[in-house]
Parts: sequence; C-alpha cells; structure tokens
Amino acid sequence: MELNRRETLALGLGAAAVMALPVRFAAAATGEEMIAAFTGGAAVTEGGVTVTAPEIAENGNTVPVAVSSEGAVAIMVLAMGNPTPGVATFTFGEGAGAHAASTRIRLAGTQDVVAIAKMADGSFARGAATVKVTIGGCGG
Amino acid sequence: MIKLTSIRTLAALALAGGVVLGGAATADEEAELVINGELTLVTKTAAPDHLKDTLDTIYSGWIFRENDTQAMQTDDFDNPGMVFVDLGMDAWNKVEGTENKSCASCHNDPAESMKGVRATYPKWNEAAGELRTIEGQVNHCRTKNMGAEAYKYVSGDMANMVAMIAVQSRGLPMNVAIDGPAKAAWELGKEIYYTRTGVLDLSCASCHEENYDKYIRADHLSQGQTNGFPAYRLKDARLHQVHDRFWGCIRDVRGEPYDRGSPEFTALELYVASRGNGLSVEGASVRN
Amino acid sequence: MADGVKPRVKAPATAKAGEAVVLKTLISHVMESGQRKNKDGSLIPRSIINRFTCEFNGTMVVDVEMHPAISTNPYFEFEAVIPATGELKFTWYDDDGSVYNDAKTVTVA
Repeated sequence: MELNRRETLALGLGAAAVMALPVRFAAAATGEEMIAAFTGGAAVTEGGVTVTAPEIAENGNTVPVAVSSEGAVAIMVLAMGNPTPGVATFTFGEGAGAHAASTRIRLAGTQDVVAIAKMADGSFARGAATVKVTIGGCGG
Repeated sequence: MIKLTSIRTLAALALAGGVVLGGAATADEEAELVINGELTLVTKTAAPDHLKDTLDTIYSGWIFRENDTQAMQTDDFDNPGMVFVDLGMDAWNKVEGTENKSCASCHNDPAESMKGVRATYPKWNEAAGELRTIEGQVNHCRTKNMGAEAYKYVSGDMANMVAMIAVQSRGLPMNVAIDGPAKAAWELGKEIYYTRTGVLDLSCASCHEENYDKYIRADHLSQGQTNGFPAYRLKDARLHQVHDRFWGCIRDVRGEPYDRGSPEFTALELYVASRGNGLSVEGASVRN
Repeated sequence: MADGVKPRVKAPATAKAGEAVVLKTLISHVMESGQRKNKDGSLIPRSIINRFTCEFNGTMVVDVEMHPAISTNPYFEFEAVIPATGELKFTWYDDDGSVYNDAKTVTVA
C-alpha cells in the first residue's frame, strides 16, 4: 500500500516510541519480547543453563525452581505461560559464590519455565524445564 | 496396610507397559522427616487403642505430599511457616492491654512454659468447666490477664501465636486425653466425624478413613491428621489453623460449617487430634 | 512500612577465607500480583517487593529484579564468597517505597 509522507512519519515515530519504552512498562510484553530486550536481539544458544523444577507441581502457587549457568553474569527467568511472563532476573556480582539461585514461583498452569543466561563474554544461552501444574480436587 | 490403589501402582503398571507416567515426584511413603538434620519426627506409627479396630497405622499428612513439599519442611530456613513463628515470638514479647503485660511477663521463655501444650490440647479446663483449644486459652489469657483485645479466632495474629506455641512441642508425641471430663466432648467429636453432611453427602471418614492415599482429582488424600497444624499451605502461602481447615472441608462438601471456635469444632478437634495420638507434633508444617 | 513484613535469613556464623557459603533468605510479604480481584470484581492493585540485593562488605553478591510471579513470602537461596570477616547486607525494595533490611556477620577464623 502506498503511504504518504505524513503516514510514513507517523509509522516511524510510533515504532520509535515503542522501542524507547522500557520493557517493564510495556503492558503485555510477551516472553519472546522480554528475551529480545534482554539479549538486544543477539543469538541465544541452547544449553549451558540448567533449570531445575518439579515435573509435576502439587500447586501452582509456590513452585520451587532453581537456575544455574556456570560463568553467567545474569540469568533471566520467564514463565512462558503466565499472563505476565517475567519471573526474576538474577544479576551476579563479584561476591557471588556460584552463578546459581533458587526461588519459589507462581505458575498459572502447565508451561515451560525458561532461563536465559548472559555470559561474561556477552553471549547468551538458554535452558528450560516443563512443569505440569495440577488442579487440586477437594483441597479447598 | 495402606490401600495401594494410588498412582504408584498405576505408575508401576504403566512402566511395565512401556509408558512412563509423570511420576518422578510422587510422595515417598517410606521417607523420614528429619528437621535441621537433627530432630527426627514420627510420621508413621501404630494407631492408638481407640482406633485399632479401624486402622492399623496412622500417618502424618507429611507422608502424602510430593518430594519437593516434603523437603521444604526439613530446614527451618526453607520452611516459610517459620517466619510466622518469628512473628508469633514478637507478639509473645509485646506488652499489650490495660495490665501492661506481655505473654512473657507471666510465661517467660515459651520453650519451657509452652512445652507440651500443643501435644495435649484441646484439653479440659477444670476452672472454666470447658474443653479449651490453644486459641481459646490464648484469648482467655489476653482478655482476663492482660486486659487486651482477643485475637479473632482464625486470623494471622492467632495463627502466628499458635504456630510459635506448637513449635515448642515439636518432636513430642500427640497425647490428648479422651477420658475423664473430656469424654463427652470426645464422643460428640467422634459423632461429627462420622456423620455425612452437605450436598456431596460426605463425612470426614468418607475421605480420610475410607479413601486416604487415593487421589481426589489431583489431591492426594491424607488421613486428615492435625499433628502438623498450624500448617503452612503452599496453595495460598499462609498458615492454616485447625478450625479453618474444618470450615473449608465442610464448605467443600457443600455443607454448613460450624463456626470457627465453636464447641462443635472444638469437640471435633479433640477427636481428630486423638486419632493422631502417637504422631509427633510438627510445629509449623508445610503442606500443599 | 507494611505491617508484618519480617525478614528471615540463614547465614553461617563462621567461614574459611575464600569459602563459598549457602545463604537462604525469606521475607513475609503478600506479593500482591495485580491479577487478583476484589469481591466487587475490581482488580486489587499490584504491590510487591520488586528487588532484592545482597552484598558482602560492600561487594555485590546478587541483585534480583523481581516480578509478580515470585511467590508470596519470597524465598531466595544463593551462594556468597567470604574472603574475610565481614557483614552480609540484605535489602528488599517494596513497590510502595519501603525498604527492608537485615544483616549477618560472618567471621573468618
């Protein structure tokens, strides 16, 4: 379709405005968008990042998850099936004894928990685990 | 004998057929519960005398939980309930009410003064002529001795206090008295336990005696013991008191629950506690 | 400062020089996700702890950006290197501006 000058400018400005927004304020940033923001669009290799989570979570409200990646400066954890996929980003400092951390998270349903690690040399790696979240019966 | 109509049998059959069920994290019925690497709790023992005709063995609710949930209770810094025990301890030391006292003013160190309480309550109170729960006793002390406002029977404040008191008996066997002046209440509690109620027409026994260890949808049914209460439930990330759980269960069968703190629930609490006589008090336990 | 927000930290009292020690941290906080609804159907606004940091003698150990998917009563387990006697400082930052602190001294024999 042919765009006149005004429409082209508006499109460009609009795109620039969206790009300038920090991901935190983009109301419904998808998991993929958050990964792109974290990596700046760089390639992400599979492997080298371990995500430990139960195969079946008795409840979705408090699911223990551990992530580790040797040599990682930071690890971003995402719950790809949650309404908002962000879980946590761990940035390790010089005082860290290991590039690993454990926490407990909320999962809205069965989904993949993904971890993207930023390595010291600026490269990125990915790991994931699938967690089945069961619905209780009479637990109330 | 546990009725092994559970998912483990199914898993075993499925494996034999070359299909793997997602059973990697099922409950381990032989697991031992050791707290902080030093205190071993009794989670499985012979049923008390009054129950011997019905059950051989009684099990703590801990046995029926997934491995991850079980693990969370083994370290007091993994156990989220313990931060609420800390809050209960803060409340213990807080001066409140017209008499300018805290619990500590009379009871000093709870590790000494509250030891054995959780294991023997609900208990008949001779002076008051009634069966008392820990909650009832806490509120009696607050109003009569401290001149302070009673805690709401089921509330965060009360749960924190009861959890802190429970921890002081951790490791002691449950040992509530079912004879003497408590007998009438015990009989009432027993009657409530076995009476079907609600639209779903179920009694406590329907699930917790006749079908424990089976799955109701995705919930692994326990024997409904109370030795682990107040329980930190992961599903809503907070401490739960016994009457709160009774209330929830009866609501779940679409019945009309008695009030929290009512004589009926107190009687039921005594009866249910007596079904667990012999199991260790777990302090603030971790459950689903 | 929200009521009933209390930290609880496990850190060893002593360590060998250069040892990596395991730390466990918990804080009692509802972590209102912003997804739940009131009885009248209106959304309960988000109110969470959005950041947790740990440092040892001024050196950063871990800095965690937190989202509503972190469970109520946020829990973290991680490791810190203890080069010499010093203080571990733990800080939690609440959406409402409150800051919660805890500290543990670790002695290197």
